[in-house]
Amino acid sequence: MTHKRWKVATIAAVAASSLLLASCSKASDNATDTSSAAAETSATAAETSAETTAGASDSAAASDSAGASDSAGASDSAGASGSAAASGSNVEPGCVPTTKEKPYIAIVSKGFQHQFWQAVKKGAEQEAAKEGATISFDGPASESDVQPQLDMLKTALTKKPDAIGFAALDSKASEPILKQAQEQKIPVIAFDSGVDSDIPLTTAATDNKAAAAEAAKHMAELIGNKGTVGLVIHDQTSLSGIDRRDGFVEWMKENAPDVKLLEPQYGGGDATKSADLTKAIIAANPDIAGIYASNEGSAIGVVKGVEESGKKGINIVGFDSSEAQMTAIRSGVQAGAITQNPVGIGEQVVAASMKALKCEGLPDTIDTGFYWYDKTNIDDPKIAAVLYK
Amino acid sequence: MSTAEVPVAARRGMSDNVRMRLQQLAAFAGLIVITAFFAVASDHFFNYDNLVNNILVSTVQIGILALGTTFVIITGGIDLSIGFGIALTGMMAGTFLITWDLPLGLGLLLTLVVGGLIGLVNGFNISILGMPPFIATLAMMLVCQGLPIVISDNGASIYFDDLPAFQDLSGGTLIPNFPNAVLIFLVCAVIAWFLLNRTLFGRYTFAIGSNEEATALSGINVKKWKIIVYTVAGVFIGIAGIISAARIGASPSAGKGMELQAIAAVVIGGTSLAGGKGTIVGTVIGALIIGVLNNGLQVMGVPQEWQYVILGVVILIAVYIDMVRKKSATAAG
Repeated sequence: MTHKRWKVATIAAVAASSLLLASCSKASDNATDTSSAAAETSATAAETSAETTAGASDSAAASDSAGASDSAGASDSAGASGSAAASGSNVEPGCVPTTKEKPYIAIVSKGFQHQFWQAVKKGAEQEAAKEGATISFDGPASESDVQPQLDMLKTALTKKPDAIGFAALDSKASEPILKQAQEQKIPVIAFDSGVDSDIPLTTAATDNKAAAAEAAKHMAELIGNKGTVGLVIHDQTSLSGIDRRDGFVEWMKENAPDVKLLEPQYGGGDATKSADLTKAIIAANPDIAGIYASNEGSAIGVVKGVEESGKKGINIVGFDSSEAQMTAIRSGVQAGAITQNPVGIGEQVVAASMKALKCEGLPDTIDTGFYWYDKTNIDDPKIAAVLYK
Repeated sequence: MSTAEVPVAARRGMSDNVRMRLQQLAAFAGLIVITAFFAVASDHFFNYDNLVNNILVSTVQIGILALGTTFVIITGGIDLSIGFGIALTGMMAGTFLITWDLPLGLGLLLTLVVGGLIGLVNGFNISILGMPPFIATLAMMLVCQGLPIVISDNGASIYFDDLPAFQDLSGGTLIPNFPNAVLIFLVCAVIAWFLLNRTLFGRYTFAIGSNEEATALSGINVKKWKIIVYTVAGVFIGIAGIISAARIGASPSAGKGMELQAIAAVVIGGTSLAGGKGTIVGTVIGALIIGVLNNGLQVMGVPQEWQYVILGVVILIAVYIDMVRKKSATAAG
């Protein structure tokens, strides 16, 4: 009998603790983390050379330029124009310009299977073809595979690349391997979430906070600057979840004091769970004017939840792009969404690598941009180019 | 369980039956108390729309998984593959109905077969190869996590907008104002109740969980029946996968973490993780408790981190009651 009781206790403990852990689990979605390196950057922004171009800027300036993009979404400030590589002052110490005909850039991303990463890969390949480089593109199966990603980075290093593009799942854990790269004088370009270290010359990423502020601006416009707004966020613990929540909340508090924000709810990026959350929010707040969804899965769930509730006139603002969101926007159920520019991220990684190899200076961060899209501009070629299904 | 223990029939005396009913009653009383609490605490909780269209609809998938898992847990086993099983069966439904454009009935049948196959492999590994259920189904969970991405086009979901008849399985209303998904859940519960309480299959399920050795000695093919138990649980995965796909589209990441909620529902309903005891009515109540808790806390606007903590505490209380009950049963027996 004794060992049976143990079994009961063990399994129960596992079940209970797993539920608790669920709150800490990272949603595996296409979301990107803004790097903590980027946060550091803004602190030292004053020291950073203010030499910015259309394609790039340091993080402080980036939020301005991107945040100012109007609903036509044609903000050229960001990297959609792609190949216009950023300039700045970061150069590999003791840099000797490469003489190689076709430099090899090894890119290790945070994922591979998801469409978002496929779009990053596409951008990198396009830029490589243009600049005459060869690339390899690897990524782990899910965004919780920290160890497999480190193994990929090690393998990439043994192939003696001329430059490395890297989006860290765990920046602390990757530091020793990046040090090796530094010792071998291989320039490292961080992208998507960046690396919490001085080694990468630059970081090409979406400014999630600025993007979320843009979403808030459009939400305020849609509801006439007053009313109750619910938030369905994909994750409470990852940087992308936090930035996309805080960027939205902070903009609203500052610019639209008459908008009442509800306590954010977290659906783990799971469409079913987000739909159930949405229905509970609507039940509790019959006067709700709008709901903000912070990633693809959340947006699909919110759209479904609003549909199932049968309520009309709720303004939905989403994030990222997918077939389901595009359908909802075309049919008018969803007002619009912010999309990142994964193709631009890929392009910037290669463009920045090439600059580093030529010993040209790079800024601390390269904002790869984001766009607001809605019914009016969804078929605009500029927007269609950055939407992915 | 020690081999010296008395056989099933002798052990399940009157007093034990009474305790069983008391446990079920306790769970039901818990459901009433929680519901009453939310009804008082929030003006928006206790109305038909929230109770049926929100709470019941959100409970359906966990509930259906929990029904199948009840059989598994009564045999003393566990099934962790049910959560991501939803992703795999959902994506297969999408493959059959959208990619291959098969007729609706055939596609649904094949999806249930896929679910059954998941369970069949689980049962084979556990029963014939003798793997511990926890490990065998954990491995199957990983298989069910990976295969949907393999099937999909770069991880993209499959949508059924062009197949309203399929979507109606969840959102349609055969009975006015009563979503089909809830209807299907009720039908599943009745079928599960019948299987457990009125068939030889049900009786053997209890017997295996009470004392596997004694059951085998009395001439019952325990290995065969265990495989059947896991296969039945697999068919329930298929049903849950269909409902999930019909509601929101087939996603390769659907059902993540649902196995734990379903197991929690079974345990809250009084089914013993040590095997040999459990009821379908209890499982339905357990699933409803989780559904009501989730919805009620959300309607009240309780921060999500506390929702997890409260759910965890409820599970601990339920398991503690279960252990106390068993201790007193042992003392009495």
